[in-house]
Amino acid sequence: MILRSAFFALAALAGAAPALAQDPHAGHAGHTAPSAPQPAPPTSALADELHDPVVMALERARLRQEHGGGHVMLGRFEQLELRPGAGLDGYAWEGRILYGGDIDRLAVKSEGEGDLAGDLQEGEAQLLWSHAIAPYFDVQAGVRQDLEAGSGDTYVTLGVSGLAPYWFETDAALFLSDRGDVAARFEGAYDLRITQRLVLEPRGELNLGPRRTGGTTLEAGLRLRYEISRAFAPYIGVEHAHDLRNGVGDTYGAVGLRLAF
Amino acid sequence: MRPWAEPIHRRRLLTGLSAAGLGALLPAWAHGSDTPTPSSLEGDDIHISVGHGALNVGGRSGHAVTINGTVPGPLIRLREGRRARLSITNALHEDTSIHWHGLLVPFQMDGVPGVSGPGIRPGETFTYEFPVIQSGTYWYHSHSGHQEPMGCYGPIIIDPSSFDPIACDREHLVVLSDYSFVHPHQIFRRLKAGGGTMNFQKQTLSGLLAGRDQTLSERLEWSRMRMDPTDISDVTGAVFTYLINGQSPKTPWTALFNPGERVRLRVINAAAQTIFNIRIPGLKLTVVAADGQAVRPIEVDEFQIGNAETYDLIVQPREDRAYCLVAEASDRSGMGVATLAPRAGLSATPPPLRERPILTMRDMGMQHEAMGHDGDHQQHHGPPPGMATPRKRGSDVMGHTMAMRDGSAAPGVKLGPGVEMIAPMPSDRTGEPGQGLESVGHRVLVYRDLEALTENPDPREPSRQIEIHLTGNMERFIWGFDGRKFSDGAPPYTVRTGERVRFILVNDTMMTHPIHLHGHFFELAHAPAGQRPRKHTVNVAPGGKVAFDITGETGDWAFHCHMLYHMHAGMFQVLAVRPDGARAA
Repeated sequence: MILRSAFFALAALAGAAPALAQDPHAGHAGHTAPSAPQPAPPTSALADELHDPVVMALERARLRQEHGGGHVMLGRFEQLELRPGAGLDGYAWEGRILYGGDIDRLAVKSEGEGDLAGDLQEGEAQLLWSHAIAPYFDVQAGVRQDLEAGSGDTYVTLGVSGLAPYWFETDAALFLSDRGDVAARFEGAYDLRITQRLVLEPRGELNLGPRRTGGTTLEAGLRLRYEISRAFAPYIGVEHAHDLRNGVGDTYGAVGLRLAF
Repeated sequence: MRPWAEPIHRRRLLTGLSAAGLGALLPAWAHGSDTPTPSSLEGDDIHISVGHGALNVGGRSGHAVTINGTVPGPLIRLREGRRARLSITNALHEDTSIHWHGLLVPFQMDGVPGVSGPGIRPGETFTYEFPVIQSGTYWYHSHSGHQEPMGCYGPIIIDPSSFDPIACDREHLVVLSDYSFVHPHQIFRRLKAGGGTMNFQKQTLSGLLAGRDQTLSERLEWSRMRMDPTDISDVTGAVFTYLINGQSPKTPWTALFNPGERVRLRVINAAAQTIFNIRIPGLKLTVVAADGQAVRPIEVDEFQIGNAETYDLIVQPREDRAYCLVAEASDRSGMGVATLAPRAGLSATPPPLRERPILTMRDMGMQHEAMGHDGDHQQHHGPPPGMATPRKRGSDVMGHTMAMRDGSAAPGVKLGPGVEMIAPMPSDRTGEPGQGLESVGHRVLVYRDLEALTENPDPREPSRQIEIHLTGNMERFIWGFDGRKFSDGAPPYTVRTGERVRFILVNDTMMTHPIHLHGHFFELAHAPAGQRPRKHTVNVAPGGKVAFDITGETGDWAFHCHMLYHMHAGMFQVLAVRPDGARAA
């Protein structure tokens, strides 16, 4: 076998491959999986023998970068909305920007709400390292900074974000503040596609923690959006926030935009 | 008289005209309404320039990367037995390259920067030189960046040194492509943002209530697995305009014929991300060559063409009327249209788009069929391909759970986040019509119909087998071979020069992948030894597998999915072919 392949390689090098193709003694592997020994991968590229190896090394680096090694920036606002109220109108946002490759990304997440007089009732920004651990899930670790006046707490955070069976978007995170408070947050959302462009999105969020971290609250929203494009979808919705400790709840109507950029 | 206008005995060359072209017979193989007319280049010293230009698509002007100012580029007409000399001048502000798709060339002339040599720098000229040792229909395109999706492609015809087994009265080129006004970088970003961002044919609640598509239990089963049965194409007619010879359906390209003539159509799929279904209602299509290589003629009504494949057809329109050539995107989100007419000014109404297909468990590699494995069986029972009774709604339920990501079925695969599934029971689907053509009510071409017209040059059985899994994650838009993207740095697949090796490609994804091997023809293993069809690109059906044999040609050769966005996402590798005894690791 070795002899034959050596002979064949020589012959092929001499350009005699088609003649050899008729070799009646050539092997017939039949229907079982043939298993001649496999050659070791070469240590160098053939193009290096014809071109400057330094130039070729740069070309190969670029080839890798363009074939799986690319980085992208992806941004989206799930919510960017006005909440008309009896008194001052409110506003709210929830969005994120990701930058990086397929496995490791930098994530900036932010959400909050306030009123149009300029009073920020709740607001936070997170800076996270996001690492893909499974086909549909990332672990995310980093810091969270609260933005509202009077708080300004800083937390370290660790969470999981991804797509659960039945297409539920899920997020779960633990927070530990610089004052020693521990809090947790669980979020879920689902796209119920009514038509190609009309989507009803129920969304829920459960916060657990002492009052200083925002308390223990349950938020549930229902938004109906129309996808002019997948990146630009105005919506109307209703949001209910409930403080589970004191039983006080609030319900808002909302008009807004869901954006991807 | 310029060569392309010269009548040739028994073959009048490529008389094309635009329906909007005021009835003028244009002396060129295709016509672009706003761009200079693509020409035909012949001879032993051909010069080409790659540059920026504008492409008029349905009345709107878009940015294009052009070859000698046109999209598609000029026809390059070579002759078997001669030596080709092709000088490429780069008028872009970035590197470029030209790959001669399907041509057997020395590896350093293959035009893949980073594999066969460096790219051509801006302002520089590189001369590709190689002996022409084959004949048939091929094409060329840039292998740099996103230049090909932006228009950098053109057809190649190689005339045989002696006798052409395919007789015809005239011939036309049919170059299919998909143009987008959205820049390829933006398309790639949208793809990375999640699954189905360009799909506007998803399943909906209103569809469920109207009794369309999957039943509730099927939908629940699929959504439990986070699989979307409508995810046929990543990039759809929502952003693509489908072109034939550079013309959109608004201004269809027209091919002329005299009733009764045998017309040869050389169909080339130069699209970036689109598989097409080709038919001409009212005409039988006799397939006479695949990927440039003559096959035993087979008459069909429709065929599917993967990216980078070429098919030669003979049609014989007998009536004095216009016919419509339809290139329907396989996800049915749009179509390219051309006209075959006995004279200028006629048009034919294209048929409406058919309903988009829905994937089944079989596309997940979850259903074996009793029709045989690994190319052992030639035929199977049942209706001819394309004429199956439509699947009954609601019949696509598994009834039991099955491991969808069991690595023991594919020990060579690295099971990371980029691998969504491992097909539990992949099957040979080369006897089945392409996606969506199972029940179209007429005869459809399948790979098993193809048989080489001439004896294979190397009929030896393989001495070794390499199994390669096509893997991916549709949600993250990660694609690779054996669970690795090219950027992950896996070693190349390695073959000895002259070694006969069987490749088994197993598709562990829900999408069809047109896999292309540079520098070789491979023989699809289904046909009897010696008669196997020789191809450079093969569609591997979802949940399916394809076996082919190669004889190693010395060189480093690109091996990749010809869906360009899959390739850029990582579905690319190098096949290193070295003489035995060469220094190894």
